[in-house]
Parts: sequence; structure tokens; C-alpha cells
Amino acid sequence: MHPVTPVRTYVLIWLTLTILTFVTFYVSTINLGAFNIVVALGIAAIKMTLVIWFFMHVRTDNPLTKLFVFAGFFWMAILLVFTLGDYFSRAWMPGGKFW
Amino acid sequence: MADTHAIATGHSTGHSSEHPPQLRHHFDDMHQQFDSATFGMWVFLLTEIMFFGGMFGAYTVYRSMYPEAFAATSNFMNPAFGAANTAVLIVSSLTMALAVRAAHLGQQKFLQLMLVLTMIFGTAFLVIKGFEYHEHWVDMKVPLFPGHWAWDGPLAPPQYAHQAQILFCFYFFMTGFHAVHMVVGLGIMTTILLMARKGSFGPAYYTPVEVSGLYWHFVDIVWIFLFPLLYLIGHTKNLI
Repeated sequence: MHPVTPVRTYVLIWLTLTILTFVTFYVSTINLGAFNIVVALGIAAIKMTLVIWFFMHVRTDNPLTKLFVFAGFFWMAILLVFTLGDYFSRAWMPGGKFW
Repeated sequence: MADTHAIATGHSTGHSSEHPPQLRHHFDDMHQQFDSATFGMWVFLLTEIMFFGGMFGAYTVYRSMYPEAFAATSNFMNPAFGAANTAVLIVSSLTMALAVRAAHLGQQKFLQLMLVLTMIFGTAFLVIKGFEYHEHWVDMKVPLFPGHWAWDGPLAPPQYAHQAQILFCFYFFMTGFHAVHMVVGLGIMTTILLMARKGSFGPAYYTPVEVSGLYWHFVDIVWIFLFPLLYLIGHTKNLI
């Protein structure tokens, strides 16, 4: 079982998540070119980490659970990297097309 | 000799007087039972990551194929609805976390209050989503439904007529599956609330609240990614 987290910590995490939502909304109105998506996904990743680490108590979970949580996202990274690796490299072949 | 016999009997039936009533026979103690339950829930959530991961992967491929079309189409999403729903869902995650804390501390009234608030925010999310779907329906932005799809006006470049439908299909499938998960979450919360009203939870046993919380937070995380990916692409008007 987990140690009891103070209410203050939960409220601070919630506040941070709300502020980050405003930030991501505001940044999307500025044209950063290719970096818009980088910032948007970066902020989403930070928000996800905060939720997992504090709200979902992975911070105080045992190493086995921590490992599995990491493995889940690692597996999803494999899915995305290999899929995109396929699509993006198609155009590199002579006469190849993206689609 | 008598002692050994007592221990042996206690062990074989598994009903020693020290056993908390919620401890199942196949676990050593409450800690191990709690850890196994959270671990099991995480394994289920990993399959959920794969479920949504497939859709996110397909979305990424199509978006890199038709970046301009997706940006143009995103202008027909209403970021105000999306932002409101993000806020509502994040608050519901806070009340959920506080509900787990209250269950852990045995604060029965506060636990019930937090569960009810979580359900209210969850329902608010679905209501907002409903208004949004209705807007798309009236706006003729529902692909695959003849008579409810139209692509015209100054914001709709004619060359994207087909590709725009792809993004809207992603939009309806991804937000739709997310909404289904919200409905399931509300069902789980109803069950937990009924159990809480019977006083089932306290410092010795609050596993169901914790595990349901994991599910609720996971559904929140999916939305955290859906919001920027669906609503905020075309928000930058000068990209088009």
C-alpha cells in the first residue's frame, strides 16, 4: 500500500495541469512551424507523467509495477517508430512514394 | 505439540483470527494483495495503451501524409469545447485522487462526496461532448453519413474535400472510443459509490477505489493527448 499523499500535493499537481492546458492552448495560436507539434506533444507528455507519477501513485509503487508501466510506453514507442520508419523511408527508394 | 497442531489447523483452513475479512486465501497479506491488484490493473491498462496506440499511430501516418488538409480541417473543431472538456476532466482526476486518499484514511463522508463529484464532472464531460457532436451534426461535418457531410465555404479548400473526411473519421472514432471509456468509468464509479455507502473501505482495505482510480486517470491521459492532436492543429490559421 502507498503512504498517504498530502492534499496540498494533489492540488498543486492539478494546478500545474490546468496551467499547462492554458499554455498548450496559447502556444497553438503562435506559428512556430514544425515546432508547434513538438511543443504540443511535449506538454502533453509532461501532463501525462505528472498524472502517472502522482495521481496514479507510480511514484510509490514497487519496482515491478514501475517496470511494467515503462514497458507499456516503450512498447508503444516501438509501434510508432517502426510504423513511421516504414512510411518515411519509402520515398528514399528509387521511384518510391510516401503513399 | 498442541501449538503446532493449532498453527497447522489454522494454516490449512486459512481462517486464522488475524486475517482481515477482505484478504483472499491465495495472498500472504494485505500488502501483497494490494500490490497484485494494482499490478494487474496496470497490465490491463497496457492493453489499453495498445488499443489507443493503434489509433494514434494511424493518425500520425495520415497526418504526416496530409498535413495541410488536417490543419484546414481542424478549423472546424471548436477548441473552446475541447479546452473546457480538458479542464473538466483534470478536475475529475483531482477529485478521484482525493477520493482514493479519503478511502485510505477511512473518511467515509468525504470519500462519498469526492466520488459523487468525480461522477458529476465525468457526466459534464459527456454532456459537453454531446453538444459538440450535435454542432458537427448541424454543421454537416459527420462523414460516412449521407446528408450530414458538406465541404464548402471559405475555410474549406476544395482540394481537401476527401482528406478532410479522414480527419473527421479519426476525430469521431477516437473521441467516440474515449467517450465509451468514460461511460464505463461512470459505471465503475457507481459501483464504488454503492460499496462506499456500505462502508466497505478503510485504511485496511481500499484496493477497489485505488484500482478504479487508475482506470479513471488513464482515460484522462488519453484525452490529454486527444486535445492538442485534434483541436489545436489548425488553430494556427497562418499555417494554411
